[in-house]
Amino acid sequence: MEAFFNRYRHLSLLVVVVFAQLILLAWQIKTNQEARGVRVWAVTAVTPLARFIEEVRYKTAHFFSDYVVLSGVQQQNLQIKRDLDRLKLENQNLRNEVQMADRVRALASFVKESQFKYLGARIINNAPGTNSKVVYIDRGSTTGVMRGMSVLTPDGIVGKVVSSYPTAAQVMLINDPTFSGAVISQKNRTRGVVKGQGHVKMILDYVQNEEQLEVGELVFTSGEDRIFPKGLAVGKVASVKDGVQFKEVVVVPSGFREGLEEVLVLIEGGHQPLPTATTPVTNQVTLLPEPTGDDAAGNKFEVAPDKMKTEADKVLERYKQIEQWNGGQMGTSGRIPNYNVLPAAPAPATATPPVISGAKPALAPVKP
Amino acid sequence: MDFADRYDSSRRSRISRFKPIVLVLAPLLAILFQLYVPRFATFFEMLNLPLLVVVYFSLMRRMPVLGILFGASVGLVQDSLSSQPLGVLGIVQTLVGYFAASMSLRVDGENPAVRLFVGFFFFLFHQFFYWLLVRALLGAVIPVELVDNLVMAVLNCAVGLPLFALFDRLKMK
Repeated sequence: MEAFFNRYRHLSLLVVVVFAQLILLAWQIKTNQEARGVRVWAVTAVTPLARFIEEVRYKTAHFFSDYVVLSGVQQQNLQIKRDLDRLKLENQNLRNEVQMADRVRALASFVKESQFKYLGARIINNAPGTNSKVVYIDRGSTTGVMRGMSVLTPDGIVGKVVSSYPTAAQVMLINDPTFSGAVISQKNRTRGVVKGQGHVKMILDYVQNEEQLEVGELVFTSGEDRIFPKGLAVGKVASVKDGVQFKEVVVVPSGFREGLEEVLVLIEGGHQPLPTATTPVTNQVTLLPEPTGDDAAGNKFEVAPDKMKTEADKVLERYKQIEQWNGGQMGTSGRIPNYNVLPAAPAPATATPPVISGAKPALAPVKP
Repeated sequence: MDFADRYDSSRRSRISRFKPIVLVLAPLLAILFQLYVPRFATFFEMLNLPLLVVVYFSLMRRMPVLGILFGASVGLVQDSLSSQPLGVLGIVQTLVGYFAASMSLRVDGENPAVRLFVGFFFFLFHQFFYWLLVRALLGAVIPVELVDNLVMAVLNCAVGLPLFALFDRLKMK
């Protein structure tokens, strides 16, 4: 037996070692355990070395790239800059989209509340020319835009269609040097013609020096030019001063307040009344005393009481006097007074001029 | 001197000796290589450096006992670092070590052509017995990809040649 094992010692050892491993394997499968003792030894022997190698590799790689070549940092920096530029553009585009959405919402609200028919359009480009204020919109004759139609925004008029093509239309803005339109002021109802100057501000021409016009007064279309219907906002009076023959008035248009991107073309419109001017409300009301005046001789004048009465009051008073004189009253004593017979005339009063409505009352001289 | 003595003396002269530290570090580094390098280059997953180490040292030591123990040790360490039960790769590497050492008694392990053949043969031997043990003992099915295995065998034997030349420098004079 011993000779057998000596002769085949290698094979015997092989069988023993393989058999031992088979037993180990079978035990692990049967008991579902993983022979942790052996694994701990193997992992403890291998992992520190692996950790050390990884540390060396990491530091070497980063040292080389960060401090020697800087290729990674430079590329990273360039990439970050590109991403930043792209994000800035995206942010700006999104802001523009939000602003456009707000404008479109305002347009839609204006159209919805208005009784007229509008067509939304977008300005696509400007016409060439140094001082020309002519733009193109993306609506043309195929969508109903015709020459002469008004172009406006919810804030006011911005121009008129001067040419219409199948897919686009040319619009002259109100600040174009060749533009003019008939307007009327809101408070004083002063009429004039507004003209473009090639820049933001416009002038209001043909306003007599004697006419009333205030700074801050709103100006609307009057409808007299047969282009813009009456009642559309034009702008606000910025300055007023007397000129040689006409006032020199500057008007700031209101239609360009929010910038000019989307506009409305008035397809079917009509005249509408001007909105009423609202007066500022104050808490305290101050009443002036009754007016008095002096004539050239130094006599003081005061207003006669009966001159403050209307014609109807005078007629009623006369009827009462007739009734008192006749001793009867209509509908009470069965006796109808004769209203055609005037009672005895009272003491003559001094002659006074007739009172005209709206004018200042006449002053009766009173002897001191 | 009789034939047995002449045979024994000639065999002893062809046995390569290595320092114990080399016998410990070489398989350890081979296992580390197999664990670490494929993280950065998946191409190296096809290499089986622990197998090449077992084949080389069993071939050069020309001692079946050492081949058995060396193969079993390397195989068990590989099993310990993997998720499969201990013993699968241990048995396979044990067989590789034994047969490589047995083959070295009859062929010249320092011949490059022999080394190429040995590398190619024992890779396929390893793959076959691994597939057999996993299927028979664990009940798992590994797909048989013959062409891939042939290609990997060629790759391993090609890598084994310069690796064996490198290990030759670690021999004790």
